[in-house]
Amino acid sequence: MVKKVRSHISQNEQLLFEMSSPGKKGYQLPDLDVPVVDPAAALGGQAVRKEIEGFPEVSEVEVIRHFTRLSTWNYAIDLGMYPLGSCTMKYNPRVNEQVARTEGLAWAHPYQPESLAQGMMEVIAALEGALAEITGMDAVTLQPAAGAHGEMTGILLIRAALEKQGNPRKKVLCPDSAHGTNPATAQMVGYDVVNIKSNDLGMVDVAELVKAVDGDTAALMVTNPNTVGVFEEHIVQVAEVLHSKGAMIYMDGANMNALVGVARPGDFGVDVMHLNLHKTFSTPHGGGGPGAGAVAMKAHLEPFAPTPRLKFENGLYGWDYNRPDTIGRVRAFYGNFGVLVRALAYIMAHGGPGLRNATMDAILNANYIRKGLEAFFDLPYQSPCMHEVVFSDDRQTKKGVKTGDIAKRLIDYGFHPYTVSFPLIVHGALMIEPTETESKAEIDLFIDAMQSIAREIDEDPQMVLKAPYTTRTSRVDETTAARKPIVRWKPSPAAS
Amino acid sequence: MLGAIGVSHIDELIAHIPAEARLNRPLDIPAGKSEFDIVDYFRERGDRGANGYPTFLGAGVYRHFRPVVADVIVQRSEFLTSYTPYQAEIAQGTLTQIFEFQTMVCQLTGMEVANASMYDGSTAVPEAAMMAVRITGRNKTLVARTVHPEYREVLDTYTKHQGMPVAELGYDAETGRLDMADLAAKIDSDTACVIIQSPNFFGTVEELDALAELVHSKGALLVYVFTEAVSLGLLQPPLQADIVVGELQSFCISPAYGGPFAGIIATKEKFIRQIPGRLVGETKDTEGRRAFCLTLSTREQHIRREKATSNICTNQALIALMGTVYLSLFGKEGLRELAVQNLSKAHYLGSHFEPRFSGAYFNEFVARVGDPEALNAKLLDEKIIGGLPLGKYYPELADSMLLCATEMTKKPEMDKLLAVAGRSK
Ligand SMILES: Cc1ncc(COP(=O)(O)O)c(C=O)c1O
Repeated sequence: MVKKVRSHISQNEQLLFEMSSPGKKGYQLPDLDVPVVDPAAALGGQAVRKEIEGFPEVSEVEVIRHFTRLSTWNYAIDLGMYPLGSCTMKYNPRVNEQVARTEGLAWAHPYQPESLAQGMMEVIAALEGALAEITGMDAVTLQPAAGAHGEMTGILLIRAALEKQGNPRKKVLCPDSAHGTNPATAQMVGYDVVNIKSNDLGMVDVAELVKAVDGDTAALMVTNPNTVGVFEEHIVQVAEVLHSKGAMIYMDGANMNALVGVARPGDFGVDVMHLNLHKTFSTPHGGGGPGAGAVAMKAHLEPFAPTPRLKFENGLYGWDYNRPDTIGRVRAFYGNFGVLVRALAYIMAHGGPGLRNATMDAILNANYIRKGLEAFFDLPYQSPCMHEVVFSDDRQTKKGVKTGDIAKRLIDYGFHPYTVSFPLIVHGALMIEPTETESKAEIDLFIDAMQSIAREIDEDPQMVLKAPYTTRTSRVDETTAARKPIVRWKPSPAAS
Repeated sequence: MLGAIGVSHIDELIAHIPAEARLNRPLDIPAGKSEFDIVDYFRERGDRGANGYPTFLGAGVYRHFRPVVADVIVQRSEFLTSYTPYQAEIAQGTLTQIFEFQTMVCQLTGMEVANASMYDGSTAVPEAAMMAVRITGRNKTLVARTVHPEYREVLDTYTKHQGMPVAELGYDAETGRLDMADLAAKIDSDTACVIIQSPNFFGTVEELDALAELVHSKGALLVYVFTEAVSLGLLQPPLQADIVVGELQSFCISPAYGGPFAGIIATKEKFIRQIPGRLVGETKDTEGRRAFCLTLSTREQHIRREKATSNICTNQALIALMGTVYLSLFGKEGLRELAVQNLSKAHYLGSHFEPRFSGAYFNEFVARVGDPEALNAKLLDEKIIGGLPLGKYYPELADSMLLCATEMTKKPEMDKLLAVAGRSK
């Protein structure tokens, strides 16, 4: 039985362009207090456009209704559990939104005088310091805009350091469980990607690694805990294998929610890593961003950090542009500052002890789900799990039902699906990450729902294949979308 | 819960982490603070900023009024706290809005396809260059020196290890526009793309026709960059370009000390498979109703891994939503009216200065002021933030500053700046 949800009315809504009518507007501008300039005279008639063809014309009420109606078609953390593995969909405290809108911070221009930017720089310094402590690293740059951008920054740092020693080397190793951004990043920094097979515990196979690491190896990109939710128990040894050959270890810190306050990458041999502040540190995902991809590094990589670097001299903060060994900039200005404010607010609210508690609760919740579901779904790796648990659809595929179908059925039970079909090393993966912010009551409902679906698959697999039944939009035809891409609205010929 | 799992203490759950990897002390971070303390901490830091200071800084980040409605919409939980819309059936809100966003970007730029967003304008530039390299099979990039200096630095960082040499193109000392002779001298059969910005870093509007003709005659692509999106309300869409990238910060995004902003990338339909990042497409559900979903993901890292068009994953969705709301409020008329106000304000200010360049400008311009740092110091005494001194980026312009005025710049503020600068008429 579905306990968590029942359906209710949702409004239909056209696209803005379809509801538009000439002359409607939703803005007011102040009176112009200077003489109006004729665009044709100032810019040349040729340079001035006639109109923005097809652009919407709607009223303020219509705008509010339009976007509010659209919003009701979304699922969100604020509605319920969102157990997307690897994505750390935890509650996003609202105070973070408020402090990010603090006037002096939100309206600060990146080029305003440093004497009027001390407050912003203090925020940056405080966050750099806290993240260095959390990761056990020596230095942090907050410039990268997201996780993948942080990966690029980190691999650029490794490349710069190796180059300085005389040889940037040729390849980067990625376990076959790695997230797609890892190999894509290595390629963008000019490295060949070599995939390393995981062992049957889901961990990096040390023997395989020893064979793969040679004088051409620049780095291993490892996720810890890895994407099957397992702590790499040989991580210290893994780091030694790399270091003994002059290579480095990059850690994808997307799963840092399992480690904060419990273990520090800097203590187990990692040279450089990124953090997804939009995962571990609760800044909202906003339907796909913005994020922030802080990069924490050991001292030997700091000289290469992106420019400018924050410095503190004679009691004042400032930006240091004089960094001869820098990899350069990875983006304009100093980073997604508004996101950094939110992350610092989260750290301040938790404090050191609270951060560790959050980690332990995240691990507790994942283990509780594992226990509740292991009789119903195949668990490919028996290793202890950290903050997420990965099942396979092996049992359900015998009935013709795949992980993607189970995910769609879960929607009818009022939950956002888990991560589907990732990591690739698990056949038909169901990757479940509850995070610490779910209550036992919500998690029990989730376990209940998953067990119920497992029974439905035994009894009536056909029914599950057509899910979801309760959404305003039934299964979406993704194949046709890709075959004949329509990626923008156009007026229908009849209408024009 | 512990009983159900079969452990007696929560720490047993991490007993398998090897001792040498474990942290055996509390984190050195002060205990948790109250909501009051947190709000107060940030307020205090904000108060030491530039609240109440009129400012004439632009240079890639512009002060524009932010209609209240946009901030209300982006704080809807369903937008704010949802993930990338992979599960289309329960993400139609975000998907529909991104489809509208992609459409508006096309309408503004004159391009045929646009993606769901990039990190910002600066990172969109190298992504455009990488696209051009894939499309043309050539490797060289030419970039105008009048493209935002920080954008060019980002271009260098990205391209350095991808076998993509980058060379710069000068500007015409008279007009402030691209030096066509320099382009003609440097473009060759290895050139994948030519990257220009308009209005350029000096605020000067580029003339595209002859430029595009030359670029295309050599088989290269033209990449058009903008940092001031409001200019698109007035300027001809850059139809001559093959790829358009830019920064949307002007569309309701607070300056926020440099981010988060949102970049766009738009191009011709025929290049759609080379575009990086997420794309939303129209399709139908099983009942035949219109629906939207993420599409052409075989370009992306989670499918193609090291063969992907880019490593970008998370983008700037919520910022793009803010821009979408803003554009729907302003609409066809409003964006033009806004642009005319910007033009008028900047030209009021500019008419009092000796313009450094003769080319037409939109809402910022280069003024020769002698000693820009000294002028800024005097202005700061009056609690005014002046323009951006250009010597740091262009040593030959050490006597000049970049001044910007928007619809938020009031005439009395400009008059005060002019008085301090000795430019009152
Ligand atoms: C393991 C892992 N690595 C890297 C990333 C990329 O991070 P981002 O999306 O912030 O670029 C993700 C996020 O999806 C991830 O789960």
